[in-house]
Amino acid sequence: MSVVDHNAIELSPRISEADVADYIALLKPRVMSLVIFTALVGLAMAPGHFHPVLAFTSLLCIAVGAGASGALNMWYESDIDALMTRTANRPIPRGRITRPEALTFGMTLAFFSVMTLGILINWFAGALLAFTIFFYVVIYTIALKRWTAQNIVIGGAAGALPPVVAWAAATGSLSVEPLLLFLIIFFWTPPHFWALALFRSDDYARAGVPMLPVVAGPDATRLQILLYTIVLVAIAFAPWPLGYFDAVYGVTSLLLGGAMLALAVNVYRRREGTEARRATRKLFAFSILYLFGLFATLLLEVVARALAPSIW
Amino acid sequence: MEDKREPDGIVLTEAQKKSRRERSIAIALALGVLVVLFFAVTIVKGPAVLVRPM
Repeated sequence: MSVVDHNAIELSPRISEADVADYIALLKPRVMSLVIFTALVGLAMAPGHFHPVLAFTSLLCIAVGAGASGALNMWYESDIDALMTRTANRPIPRGRITRPEALTFGMTLAFFSVMTLGILINWFAGALLAFTIFFYVVIYTIALKRWTAQNIVIGGAAGALPPVVAWAAATGSLSVEPLLLFLIIFFWTPPHFWALALFRSDDYARAGVPMLPVVAGPDATRLQILLYTIVLVAIAFAPWPLGYFDAVYGVTSLLLGGAMLALAVNVYRRREGTEARRATRKLFAFSILYLFGLFATLLLEVVARALAPSIW
Repeated sequence: MEDKREPDGIVLTEAQKKSRRERSIAIALALGVLVVLFFAVTIVKGPAVLVRPM
């Protein structure tokens, strides 16, 4: 008897039919666009002159690093992605790309993004980018996501780091301003994702992911959303009176923060039926606009200061 | 052991050929971008490109 069962060996290897669009989907392009935008603001706010070619290189490396994180996240989570309506269409559950292919793709991009940023810009930024990818993949995806309801609170740090990496790329150091940007995104993450989790809790429950609404229930989640929103609005406003950001930012932060808080109160108060679902969806959608609005204001302030320094 | 494969080996379908070609072009473009990037940064930084602060 032969030790090897030849009948068990597949003679014709699998030939991939995955096209470029499938690999682009692995990069989570929508998350990537937010990363690029927040990193751009970090770059723009950094003091001193930073050559456009170096700025573009930094942004590209940060974007590719974020894409690598997305691909590695999909590699690890393909089993639960297949169970959730929101993610069942991703390339691995659909059978377009295999897990080893996604792993190789993600690791290759992670390696090249970190090395390119380190070699062409500076190693401090390269190390920070490597840490960001590590934190998102190992700490958030592998260690926290299936283990604790605080997964996105701690994991949110990974999403908050891109403007810090960008600042480090431009200056080679860190300062209070990028840490303020970090804190804004960090405290924005829980209300944003818990709002999503509230109207997708069936999905998360089916996949066995211990999101807060699944573990603690919708009412406790609503309270947490409200509390985190209060902290977020205060932290996002504080840089103006502390003298780090200008008045236009302060007023914008106040207006957007007021609207965000009103929507969070609405989510807290409306707990049943269609109105509750609508309130949650509104908060989720507005939270994206809120973060975009704050960062866009900071970017406009920098542009205005550069164009008309005497007025500003 | 009897070899069940055709003498010509594995024959790709049109869809497989198309997707492989697409992927090859994407890899070539990515490598091209990397080369241009290293060239451009070298021009911008000049001799300082060899100085890599920690």
